Amino acid sequence: MKIIPEPFNNIFRFYYDGFMNMSDWGKKVWIIIIVKLIIIFAIFRLFFFNDFLQKNFDNDNRRSEYVLDQLTVSTTADD
Amino acid sequence: MIENVDLSLVDWSRAQFALTAMYHWIFVPLTLGLSFIIAIMETIYVRTGNENWKRVTKFWMTLFGINFAIGVATGIILEFEFGTNWSNYSWFVGDIFGAPLAIEGILAFFLESTFVAVMFFGWNKVSKKFHLASSWLVAIGANLSALWILVANAWMQNPVGMTFNPDTARNEMIDFWAVLFNPVAVQKFLHTITSGFLLGSVFVLGISSWFLLKKREEWLAKRSILIAGIFGLISILTVIYTGDSSARTISKVQPMKFAAFEAHYAGKGNAGLTVFGILKNSEKKIGEKETKEFAMRIQVPALLSIMTGGDSDFYVPGIEDLMGVGPEEHQQLSVSQKMENGKYAREVLTDYKRAKMIKDTAQIRIIRDIFHDRDFIENNFRYFGYAFLKIPEDAIPNVSVAFYSFHLMVLLGFFFLIVCSVALYILFRGTLLKNRWFLWIAIISIPLVYISSESGWVLAEMGRQPWIIQDLMPVSAAVTRLTAGSVLTTFILFAVLFTSLLFAEVSIMIRQIKTGPKH
Repeated sequence: MKIIPEPFNNIFRFYYDGFMNMSDWGKKVWIIIIVKLIIIFAIFRLFFFNDFLQKNFDNDNRRSEYVLDQLTVSTTADD
Repeated sequence: MIENVDLSLVDWSRAQFALTAMYHWIFVPLTLGLSFIIAIMETIYVRTGNENWKRVTKFWMTLFGINFAIGVATGIILEFEFGTNWSNYSWFVGDIFGAPLAIEGILAFFLESTFVAVMFFGWNKVSKKFHLASSWLVAIGANLSALWILVANAWMQNPVGMTFNPDTARNEMIDFWAVLFNPVAVQKFLHTITSGFLLGSVFVLGISSWFLLKKREEWLAKRSILIAGIFGLISILTVIYTGDSSARTISKVQPMKFAAFEAHYAGKGNAGLTVFGILKNSEKKIGEKETKEFAMRIQVPALLSIMTGGDSDFYVPGIEDLMGVGPEEHQQLSVSQKMENGKYAREVLTDYKRAKMIKDTAQIRIIRDIFHDRDFIENNFRYFGYAFLKIPEDAIPNVSVAFYSFHLMVLLGFFFLIVCSVALYILFRGTLLKNRWFLWIAIISIPLVYISSESGWVLAEMGRQPWIIQDLMPVSAAVTRLTAGSVLTTFILFAVLFTSLLFAEVSIMIRQIKTGPKH
């Protein structure tokens, strides 16, 4: 009994064979890709590039208010 | 509130974005151009059945693969920067960028990722025709994904198809087709992808010439020069054509940028086109701003007027006219007037905010109507960004940067026209190997075509300063209130990462070129 349908099995074999028989340069660039993605997503994104509005405000109303404050002249409710 | 923003923060945020975008642009155009050259070569292989063409295709595909892999995800950092360094801007653009960038993401992921795998893993596993179709789909997919980024960029140069919602402080797309068929978008897309085709062609010409100089792989080199020469010649002619129409559009939607890249201070009819020039500081000032004048220049009389307005008498407004200090009969709506109009729009928005704070429903309703009033939109909100300028001269970009980047791009463009033409001429005459001087020029052309391509972006982005969104938002209002030191830190991190990636790409590529195609 086949657990995995034939088309999925073929796709898996296609990629598996491709990676297994990869040339030297292919292996090198894959290492570079993986290291690069780790640096970008696990270091830059997590530690340096938080979305400022997402991080500092709970909801879109607060975000709108903040940006509106930035774009308008300073006002208070007493003005 | 934004008036107190630290200028060094703005400068470092801009520098960081420029660094990231320029490094990203090292990888992208080669993908755009080389993908089509590979697809053409593979088509010849499939049609002729000649195994040599398969070898040629696979060799260039290796270099394409290295460039593609190293460049993957370098663009995503730009999106990080939007959220971190440019939060006011990314909120203000609202959903305008959402749709194009989402489509870009889907296209890039599914089309490119799926069919790139078939390109590299599929030899002898899928049929020749399916493999060929995959190669074409990679080329088409890469170029289509560039379309959506360029549509987003074009909207920043010429914002259309949206309305501003004062409740959310965001722009909302009301006409997707107006955004997609924005004249700036159409021309920018065609000009940019054809410049990528040219870059790919010059890359192939240069490396093929190196093989000929080394007396190696003559069959591969000559066939590659044939394909790249024809493709490059068609591309550069299209680049020139789209560049011309693009400049004409810029003269209408971004007249200050147009005047800056021609260093055209005093407007005139019969205006000449500067082919080459050297600028020096002038004693004349516009307000507090230093101006430039030509130390020397080579000019084609009346050509600027003809190219811009189709008539030698056409008056091409200069920076002075746009600033409202030119001759009275040619004065346009001055920057000072635009500042007044923009300030009124900002006051209305401030009143709206105040009315919401005190829950004055009658006032809220009145001001909402104002934001839907066509007259207010066209005469006031259109100039919203001018409200943030401190002095009118802030509306003038750096003329030297705009002028030199434009003229460098154009001169190199015509140089590549000659390179592609000569390559084909001496190839057909059968004297390619005798003309070693040309082979060296073709090799030197590789860095030059990158310089030309980057110059185009320097012009596009520096020429439109101070705007991040033309007339609506200056960079100073777009930036997030971070510390300049934190932006500097990430600037250095990016510089290290991207330089390492570039070094890795160049070294792996050089090794593969030296190894040559597999026998």
